[in-house]
Amino acid sequence: MNLSNLSVGLSTYLLVGAMLFSLGLYGVFAKRNIIAILMSIELMLNAVNINFVAFNRFIWNQKIDVHYILTGHVAALFVIVVAAAEVAVGLALVITIYRNRQTTNVDEFNWLKW
Amino acid sequence: MFKEMHDLFRWAWLIPALPFLSFLLIAFVTKRSKGLSSTVSILAILTSLGMAIAIVIGIIRSGAEIVEHPVISSVNWLNIGGLKIDFGTVIDPLSGMMLFVVCLVASMVQIYSLGYMHGDKGWSRYYAYQSLFASSMLGMVLATNLLQLFIFWELVGLCSYLLIGFWYFKVSAREAAKKAFMTTRVGDFGLLLGILFLYTKFGTLDFAALSAILNNNFQDIALIGTASYVTVMAFLVFMGPVGKSGQFPLHVWLPDAMEGPTPVSALIHAATMVVAGVYLVARMYFLFDHADPIALQFVAGLGAFTAIFAASIAIAQDDIKRILAFSTLSQLGYMMFALGVGSYSGSMFHLMTHAFFKALMFLGAGSVIYAMHHKQDIWEMGGLWKKMPITGWTFFIGIMAISGVPPFAGFFSKDEILANALHNGHPIIYGVGLFTAFLTAFYMSRLFFVAFCGPEKPENHPHESPWSMTIPLMILAFFSVVGGWAALPEHNFAYFVHYLPLGHEFEHEAIDWGLAGISVLAGLLGIGLAYIIYIKKAIAAESIVARFPRIYKLLQNKYYVDELYLWIIKYVMGGLANVLYWFDIYVVDGIINGIAFITRGSAKTLRRTSTGQLQTYAMVFFFAVVVIFMVFAFGEGQLTSLNPLATLGGVK
Repeated sequence: MNLSNLSVGLSTYLLVGAMLFSLGLYGVFAKRNIIAILMSIELMLNAVNINFVAFNRFIWNQKIDVHYILTGHVAALFVIVVAAAEVAVGLALVITIYRNRQTTNVDEFNWLKW
Repeated sequence: MFKEMHDLFRWAWLIPALPFLSFLLIAFVTKRSKGLSSTVSILAILTSLGMAIAIVIGIIRSGAEIVEHPVISSVNWLNIGGLKIDFGTVIDPLSGMMLFVVCLVASMVQIYSLGYMHGDKGWSRYYAYQSLFASSMLGMVLATNLLQLFIFWELVGLCSYLLIGFWYFKVSAREAAKKAFMTTRVGDFGLLLGILFLYTKFGTLDFAALSAILNNNFQDIALIGTASYVTVMAFLVFMGPVGKSGQFPLHVWLPDAMEGPTPVSALIHAATMVVAGVYLVARMYFLFDHADPIALQFVAGLGAFTAIFAASIAIAQDDIKRILAFSTLSQLGYMMFALGVGSYSGSMFHLMTHAFFKALMFLGAGSVIYAMHHKQDIWEMGGLWKKMPITGWTFFIGIMAISGVPPFAGFFSKDEILANALHNGHPIIYGVGLFTAFLTAFYMSRLFFVAFCGPEKPENHPHESPWSMTIPLMILAFFSVVGGWAALPEHNFAYFVHYLPLGHEFEHEAIDWGLAGISVLAGLLGIGLAYIIYIKKAIAAESIVARFPRIYKLLQNKYYVDELYLWIIKYVMGGLANVLYWFDIYVVDGIINGIAFITRGSAKTLRRTSTGQLQTYAMVFFFAVVVIFMVFAFGEGQLTSLNPLATLGGVK
């Protein structure tokens, strides 16, 4: 068995990313618990990170760019940093809401309606 | 000689500035002190009078020089884009004459008011208005351009309003003030249109520049049918004088303006402000000269009509001030038709003499009213001559002057106008003028005979007015006697004040003694008729009234012009207003309310989409992104077809 033939292609990574993203999306739409929704958002962000890194790896062409490029990695790192900040703010909001309303159910988060 | 005078003329701006300063002083400093207020005001106007006399002497000594080269000194006031407006003073014989007349009458009236307004609560306010009026009138006389003139024109209108309504606690005074203001506003609107029209066509409002343009290289273009630009401008500009100088359709405010204090009537509504219109036509005479002859014919016709119209009303009036008011209207008509028939000098001459004798008679009437404790009906007076000799004699001089009896002032000016009317080919207007002269003599003598002669009324205890009132009367009487003599010397009034079109030699007609005799005869006839009716009582006035009751009623009610205006306002304008009101309520408001209803209705429906459900929002957001992505990915063609810009051909 030639292991080199078993190398994983770009589309595999993109597929994984898309699946993760869809899972996250489903979570955002369907979950009732705000913490679960925040976790789903993290899933979606990580799906994007996978795409970034995969594109960076496969689109690099040794013949054109002599040095290995890091654009995708940097973007992924950036997303991770932003996600961390977002979670900090998000969880702070959740705690405040919970203290005031004794709920984490998004269906009850409707006091901004008409 | 001329050079030295030149320096004097440059200081002419002080003449309106001093009364204005006095107005500010009274309004902000001396308001509480009655004595100080009147002193400040009278000192200011007397100083202006002194300067005006100096300027008139300077003009007379400069001779022909100043006639051909008016001294204009101005500073730039505003300069926006192409609009360049100066403020300045123009000194020529015309403005010099007006300065003298206005300053003289204003100072006489202010001194007279010391007696007449004695003990009035609004004393300081009165003198403040008087000063403001004098300042605006003098500023108007000195104006170098139409806009400056218009500003002061409106200011004198404002002062007229304030002074008519001076006793604002009287309803009639308030109403009269409003009427005066609004009626003149009708004319002023036309004047403003005329000014704008002149500006858009010639790009300047300067009298000298306009006159030069019209005289040198102007091609008149037909605008509406046969009416040319210049003719339309002339008619529009003439609307201002029609309102201000009380010509026929807009004359209704002047008789009502008699609600103001009598010295005010003498100053504003007899001697100065109402002649502003005549002065404006004289200043803009080059415009009328270059317009179609119909413009000047219209001025002449309207003036002559106003003259005879007002004179006929004056016959049947009983209120001493109203008789004088209608007489003023009639004399203003005289001045207008004089301008119309080309008697520029005659008109200005009559303006001057009329200012003297009409101010005199108004102040005399004020003296009578003061003595009679505010009775104004001439039938309640009688035998006043003996009790009030100075008032009586000066009033007599006024009557003689207005009736055109030589050697009093009115004789010379009236004669010059009538002679010019006949010589310039206007026999009908000459006839009307002559008949008006007869009527004038008749109703003025009627007033005099009824009020001053005849038996005394036992219920009246008249006594001569104080010196502050009689001295101005005597001074004005002096000018009513000698004012006309300005027509006599070789370099006479008309030598200085005349219209000089470019390249024309001026020739002045000497007094035509034959024509003068006819007009004197008309005047004496009027006086004689009044004497027969009211002194001899050979013909009873009552029997004439009984013979023509309709005509008498018509005259007494001033031809029902006021009633006609009221009817028009009530039914025509009121009806139109009702229609427009309906339109406003149901159509205009309907559109506004409809828009509001649609907005509210759609908002009510659309706000249901704002559920507050986080996940719904996220879902909509996501699927919208999906749809946009799909369109971009698979339907480039469909997308462009959706793009409104593309369908218009704006995007490739």
